[in-house]
Formats: sequence, structure tokens, C-alpha cells
Amino acid sequence: MTSTPNSFRVGPDERGHFGIFGGRYVAETLMPLILDLEKAYNEAKVDPAFQGELKSLATHYAGRPSPLYYARRLTQHLGGAKVYLKREELNHTGSHKINNVLGQVLLAKRMGKTRVIAETGAGQHGVATATACALFDIPCVVFMGALDVERQAPNVARMRMLGAEVRPVKAGAATLKDAMNDALRDWVATCDTTFYCIGTVAGPHPYPAMVRDFQCVIGDETRAQMMEAEGRLPDTLVACIGGGSNAMGLFHPFLDDPGVRIVGVEAAGHGIETGQHAASLTGGRPGVLHGNLTYLLQDKEGQITEAHSISAGLDYPGIGPEHSWLKENGRVEYVSATDDEAVAAFQLLCKLEGIIPALESAHAVAHVMKLAPTLPKDNLLVMNLSGRGDKDVPQIAARLGMKA
Amino acid sequence: MSRIEKRFAKLKADKRAGFVAYVSAGDPDVTLGYQILKGLPGAGADLIELGMPFTDPMADGPSVDAAGQRALKAGITVDAIFDMVRRFRRETGDDDTPILLMGYYNLVYQRGVEKFCKDAAAAGIDGFILVDLPPEEADALKPHAVAAGIDTVLLTAPTTDDKRLPAVLRYSSGFIYFVSVLGITGTRSATEESVREHVARIKRHSDLPVGVGFGIKTPEQAAMIARHADAAVVGSAIVDKVKVALDEHGKPKPDLVAGVLAFVKTLADGVRSVRKG
Repeated sequence: MTSTPNSFRVGPDERGHFGIFGGRYVAETLMPLILDLEKAYNEAKVDPAFQGELKSLATHYAGRPSPLYYARRLTQHLGGAKVYLKREELNHTGSHKINNVLGQVLLAKRMGKTRVIAETGAGQHGVATATACALFDIPCVVFMGALDVERQAPNVARMRMLGAEVRPVKAGAATLKDAMNDALRDWVATCDTTFYCIGTVAGPHPYPAMVRDFQCVIGDETRAQMMEAEGRLPDTLVACIGGGSNAMGLFHPFLDDPGVRIVGVEAAGHGIETGQHAASLTGGRPGVLHGNLTYLLQDKEGQITEAHSISAGLDYPGIGPEHSWLKENGRVEYVSATDDEAVAAFQLLCKLEGIIPALESAHAVAHVMKLAPTLPKDNLLVMNLSGRGDKDVPQIAARLGMKA
Repeated sequence: MSRIEKRFAKLKADKRAGFVAYVSAGDPDVTLGYQILKGLPGAGADLIELGMPFTDPMADGPSVDAAGQRALKAGITVDAIFDMVRRFRRETGDDDTPILLMGYYNLVYQRGVEKFCKDAAAAGIDGFILVDLPPEEADALKPHAVAAGIDTVLLTAPTTDDKRLPAVLRYSSGFIYFVSVLGITGTRSATEESVREHVARIKRHSDLPVGVGFGIKTPEQAAMIARHADAAVVGSAIVDKVKVALDEHGKPKPDLVAGVLAFVKTLADGVRSVRKG
């Protein structure tokens, strides 16, 4: 058992470890680059000019702060906790991904890099990266599983319109894991000029900490907004988890507030018991992939198994290492929601609140539907509505037999 | 002295560089993969790198990736790899040719690092080349490898500068593996000038032999490497010979093993054509 630390917010250590998790499991070719990145990030982090430029972009370009919205009809329908939605889907490009990308692309510029690559699952991170690269006039290549290219066609078109090159990856199950493999392969060959903009709180140190820092604006705003709305901190936080960046952004600023219950929702696909899911924490065990030690879906030998989720953004067999650590020390509860539950939640939010959520975020809605009715009416629950569902409309319409 | 140290001492006495042949264990299946392994020393391989197939080989190009996926599909496991090496030592009586496992750390981690090292040593394996275990994480492996008498060959790259080299060398034994290009296996090739400079630079820091790999595809390129380094490593070009000996259904043609070994011999001859010292 991990003993309870004095603070849950001080990690990682100088080697990038959160307990046993995290680290830098990369080929030697990349190692010096990762050390350079760490140094550049540590300098930028404390540079008022960098932080000022990021803040200005967040405000005037991305549209921050995002609203904290009291979902009256959803609350009435569920008949329990008072449900607030943190409206990250209203950000420019339609999700929380822009928070991280603006930070990383600014850093890329600062480091003198002339090309940016990214991996993407649902395409939200790819779109955000393509957007920031257009803004800063940097060539951008996005690696995307061929299956995801198909099921997230609107986002593929968006990336191309923004001037990015989208490279479909056909290996494996042709989803996010395979896109990340190919992005890493590209990076090894181009690391002298190229900045790898990772979309979630995973990968080798410093990415998990850096992406978390850029996403913490979500939780920091929520804290202030809830104080203003209700005069106190929230009681419950809920967010969906693939790699875990939207969840970490909301959770991290509250980790040292013991009164705040924190729940992460993984994708249970067809159901944990079927083995066809993407719930690394619920159904996996620790291992090493993509530069970090973390919970992974794998067989007995350590071969990585394919994840399954209806949501391309959650369809990944790993998770950010800090989440693995927060699971083991018990600070955060991790649960899961199935494809069917997510689709039902997607429809409910459309009808009750007039908000079309991303399928990823619909997993969080699905858990709120289970959890809120069990909580008292004065329980303040914040759910991170991490993305909007425009990209999912064709897929859901087809699944529900609607005419598009 | 470890088998790897002895082999390099012998190569030095013979005034030539070594040839290191990489094959993916169990490619295209366990039976044929074993026949290839068994034939490598006779075809001129001075050291053998046995790839441990992994679902997500991030540092490998399409050739080695495909070879690993073929082997996984045919059912290769870590136990089967150890069995294969044990059988090699027993059946060939070859107690001199070093065999190194090359692959990714997760398979080691899942078996338990200590157990993996012990089992590997017991099977007759001499060294590990773990692509995703840089010096920053090598503490987890090194003591167990030392205890089991296994050499750890770390990678150095063109990006590993003089300041960083000592950190890599601290964990290296047997030889130093210089990744001659920025990139994945089996793609671009280094220039002679660049190989010469980098090997000389590494030698200023260490007395260990330097093996050079990545992007070496022909006997001529292997000979070029042999002029400057202590060993030349070829992988992708060899496993491609397995691929071309499979029919459209993935079934092996009758001359698969002979074809692979004949190609290995041309590479070994290339290396042996260079007299050193």
C-alpha cells in the first residue's frame, strides 16, 4: 500500500515518477530531446512573458474562462445533487484540448522548433493542434488511426482545412495507440526540428506534468466560479478519462481538499466483463508503454491488448501515470460507463439541456446519471463537459437510425 | 569474462570486426525461426540479436515491426524464446556465440525483472538491448542483470552528446550499440563520415567495443561500418528475406531458411573482407 502523502499535488519527483508510475521509458535518441523539453518548460513555467502570452491567448483566442453552468433541468430530472457543468465544450475548437495545445505550441516556438506533430483519437486534439499551428504558422502533421479517420470524418476535414496534414495509420486496430506509435517513430527521425505535441497527461516526463499544468486552468476556474456561485467548494467532481487530461485539469486543483469527492469515468465499451473495453485502471495492470509506467490493458506476457470504446477519444489501452498513482493511493475513485450508457447519456443531455456532448464527455454524463440521484440536494456536483458532440453527430445518427 | 567479452577479444585477435545478425524470435513461426537461429553462426554471425516481438515496437520500422507481428501471430512467447535459446546451446554445442535479447521493457517488467534475468541467463542468453530503457530508468534492471551475469548493452544515438555519454556508459557492458541515424530501424542509412566521427567520439569515452546498427542493408554498407566500428548490426534487411520467402497466404516457401542464411553469409563476408589493425 502507498502511504498517504502530505500533499497530492507535489508530484512528480525530479525523475518524473508519481510513486512507481510515470518515468521516461524512451529510446536514447529521444532522451536528450526530452531533457531539453523539460528544461525549456521549467524556464517557461516561471517566465511571466510566457505565462502572460498564454493567458492572453486563452482569453482572447480560446474564449476563457469557460462558464460554470448550473444544469437545472438535468438536476431536476435526476432528483439529487445540484449538477453544474464546466463548459469546456464552448472553448474555441470545441474541447478542453486547446488549453494544452496553446501552451505546447508556444513552447515549440520558444524552443525554435519548425514543425509540430501530434497524435489524435477523436480528432479533438488534432484539430486543436492544427488550429494553433495555423495561428503560429508552423507546419503540422497529425497521426490518426485509419478507423478513427473514418468514424471522425468531420474532424479530419477540419484539420485539413486548417492546413494540417493528416496521416492515417493502418497498423494494429488503427486507433489512438497506433497513431501514438507512429508519431513517436516520426519524432525519432525528426527530433532536431520537430516538437511532439502530446494530447494527454501521458507519455514520458515531462509531458504528464506539463499537460496537467496547462489543463489546470479548468479546475482553477471551477474553484473560483463555484465560490462565487455558492460561496463554497464543490462536493463532487466527475470527468471522463481516456488518457485523462480533462479529468486531471479539473481534479488536480482540488486534490488537497479532502471534502471534495473525485470520480473519474473510464470507457467500459461493451462491458468490462466482455474484455472489450478501454478501462485501463479497472481492467488493466501496471506496465510500460509510450514512455511511461502506468496501468495498461495487456495480456499475461505484457503484450498490449486492443482497447474498445465507441468513443475514439477514449479508445486507448493506457492512462496518464498520475491517474494510476491517484488510484493506488485512493484519492480518486475510478468507475466506468459502457457504450450504451454513454449513448443514452448523450441523448439525455441533448434533450434536457440543449447541449450535444462529445461521446467522450457523455461517459461522464452517464456516471452523473447514476451518482447524482444517490446524493442529497445540497451536494454540489461539477461535471467536466470536456467537448462538444458535433463530430459525433453522423455516428450517433447512424446508430439511432436517424436520417442525417 | 562474459561470452560477449570473449567474442570481442577473439575478433580483435583475428584483426577483424564482428557481424551481428538480428532476427525476430519465432519469425515466421517457432520451428523455422529456430532453424534460422541454429544456422546463423554457420552463416557467419559472430553475435546474435534475438528480437523479442512486441505489439508496439515504437523504435522499429515496418520491416522489424512486421517480423514481430508475424511471430506473435504464430504464437511466440517469452518462454518459447528461452526454450529456443536453451535448445540452441544444447543441440549445436555452441557455447561461444553470444545471444542478446533485443526488445522492449514491458515484457521484462511483466515477468518480474529479477526472474526474467535469472531465466534468461539459465537459458543461455548473454545480454539485453532494451530499446525503451535509457540510463534514466536502467536502475530497475542493472543490479538484477549483473547478479545474473547478463550484459546490458545500452543504445547511444547521434543525439547522445559528450556530456551525456558517461551516463549511458555507466550502465553499459559487453559493447556499446551506436544507433547510427536519427530514426527507426531499417530506414535511412548513415554516411561513412558520420559513422567514423561518432565511433571515434565514443571511443574517447570508453574502451568497450562499439557496434553500429540501423540502416545497414548491403554487404558493402556492412563493410563500410566494419572499417570504423568493432561490429556491424543488420536486422531489417535480414527479416525482409523472411518476408519475401512467404507466399501470398503467408505460408513459407521451401527455401526460406536457406535464403535467409545465404543473405546473412553475404553480409558476414562483407564484414570479413575488412582487415583491421
